[in-house]
Amino acid sequence: MQFAFNLTEFLSFDTERSLLSRFINYLIFKLTFETLSNSPETFIKHIPMSENKKWIPVVAEGEAPLIQPVDLDAFRDHNRKKSKALIDKTMTEEEAIVKFVNDGDYIGFELYGTVRCPMSLTRALVRSGKKDFRIVGQGVHELDLLFAADLVREIDFTYIGLEVFGISGNMRRRVEDGSVKRIVEWSNAALTWRFKAASMGIPFIPSRSMLGTDTFKKSSAIAVECPFTGDRVALLPALIVDTGFIHVHRADKHGNCQIDGISGFAFEMSRACKNLIISAEEIVETDEIRKHPDKTIIPYYLVDAVVHAPYASWPGEMSGLHERDDDHYKMYVQQQKTQEGMDAYMKEWVYDLPDHKALLDKIGKEKLQELTLKED
Amino acid sequence: MTQEYSPSELLICLASRVMEDGSTAFIGTGIPMLAASLAQAMHAPNLVPVFEFGGTGAILEKLPLAVGDMRTYNKGIAASGICDIMETSQRGFIEFGFLGGAQIDRYGNLNSTVIGDHAKPKVRLPGSGGGNDVGSACWRTIAIMIHDKRRFMEKIDFVTTPGFLTSPNAREEAGLPKGTGPYRVVTNLCTMGYDEETKQMMLLSLNPGVTVDDVIENTGFELLMAEEITHNDPPTSKELKILREEVDPDGLYRK
Repeated sequence: MQFAFNLTEFLSFDTERSLLSRFINYLIFKLTFETLSNSPETFIKHIPMSENKKWIPVVAEGEAPLIQPVDLDAFRDHNRKKSKALIDKTMTEEEAIVKFVNDGDYIGFELYGTVRCPMSLTRALVRSGKKDFRIVGQGVHELDLLFAADLVREIDFTYIGLEVFGISGNMRRRVEDGSVKRIVEWSNAALTWRFKAASMGIPFIPSRSMLGTDTFKKSSAIAVECPFTGDRVALLPALIVDTGFIHVHRADKHGNCQIDGISGFAFEMSRACKNLIISAEEIVETDEIRKHPDKTIIPYYLVDAVVHAPYASWPGEMSGLHERDDDHYKMYVQQQKTQEGMDAYMKEWVYDLPDHKALLDKIGKEKLQELTLKED
Repeated sequence: MTQEYSPSELLICLASRVMEDGSTAFIGTGIPMLAASLAQAMHAPNLVPVFEFGGTGAILEKLPLAVGDMRTYNKGIAASGICDIMETSQRGFIEFGFLGGAQIDRYGNLNSTVIGDHAKPKVRLPGSGGGNDVGSACWRTIAIMIHDKRRFMEKIDFVTTPGFLTSPNAREEAGLPKGTGPYRVVTNLCTMGYDEETKQMMLLSLNPGVTVDDVIENTGFELLMAEEITHNDPPTSKELKILREEVDPDGLYRK
């Protein structure tokens, strides 16, 4: 058993105590760590642990202000007041938006690419005349419609584009002409973890993403020295959404929701919303939900409105039910390249149709049948 | 006899050869999907592809069209969500990560956010998406790029996704996980790696018909040279057959 006495180490050790007790503690410390690990690193790494317990040094700050404040107590109050009764929450897209969306709200859509995107709610939102939204995206076709209608003022931005079809012309026009007043950058994981923090009811969550980049610089994250390890971590503020939109495979009239296949960030975002509007391919009896409770991703008490909307993800796909309408997408990709093209698209496919049923009639039974997956 | 092939087909084959059997790879839309699918059929039947929105271990019989479509968990071993995948990566389970971008610098930092000033952009690009997360937490990242001076730049307009940042130790100093970082850059001209000491980009091997001068001419910064620069084999007839007949029979991405 051996260890080396190091004067510099000793002088920086436990500085608040008397010399004698410091010496005894130092001996114990050295015996414990150097005989156990024989690694000088272990010792050095443990010094900041005891010292930093008193404060957490901020090492870098993102420049952007929070576009949605973190008010956990207001969120708790809101959740306390939310009805826990098993009431019928079914209504139309239009009714849900009148009831739960206001001008200037912070809104969120859950989706992945063109998959399971709540498009019937998006079209109703565009037609509703409500405006000046702050949004969280992850956006493909749904945010495109909001940009086309010039409804977006501030964005917590991670990815907005048309995936394999390229850059979104609508997003470019609104960002480059200054209609969007503020863009705050994040990564996909960062935004989902921000939902997770809200879902946990805590003010922030530490992460090892974002660090060292301009993505961090243009975010509202903060980097600190971890009080336990001394390493730098990014603190991501909780993200509480005013009104969220999620499309699911099936729900009952109370709002218990099940999703087939991967679930993206539905679990986290549904728990981070003050108001949550659900659209569902199918409305089922509660008994059906109870047969497979393990599949319930969103329990009813999180939900404020349930809209029955088959093919609501069109022209995107719905896992296990229907495919993406690539013919429509190819046409859309051409249209969205110019403002004129997009205006014509919006008139034909959004403004001139009163509701989702009118859209389905316009697409036609034959096309819908063609997109529907056949059971193997 | 060498068969004709397109530049995309060459990129797909080169990226596919980098992936190792029995390892994990974080797969994005486009070329990485085809490369992973080809690798599974060629030399890496036990490659576990991981897709950001929850698909793990799919058998890539049909080409996914998006990172969240149902083919990303076709005959898969798990279908979870984005948190599970990102957290799995953050705890060190994902070996390879694929990245792309509009601009890259000598340290492998990537820009997919903006051309010009962030507040008044010349071109607003799609943003980080999962790129920053892949570049932060995967052990080894592979960038797939078109090789020209407008993309290989001394100073990129915006660091969306971290490479080695600004110096050999900058990643760790910033708090990024130890031992992670850029590994390869696969382009239509060559394959590059990074110098052990300086962590700067280094030419490793040339694509068929390409010279060192071609690469230098199309790179906007001083590229380091490996001691011995080798040549990448063209796609084999077996690779091309699988790619054309099984991986992408409709030719969605091969042009």
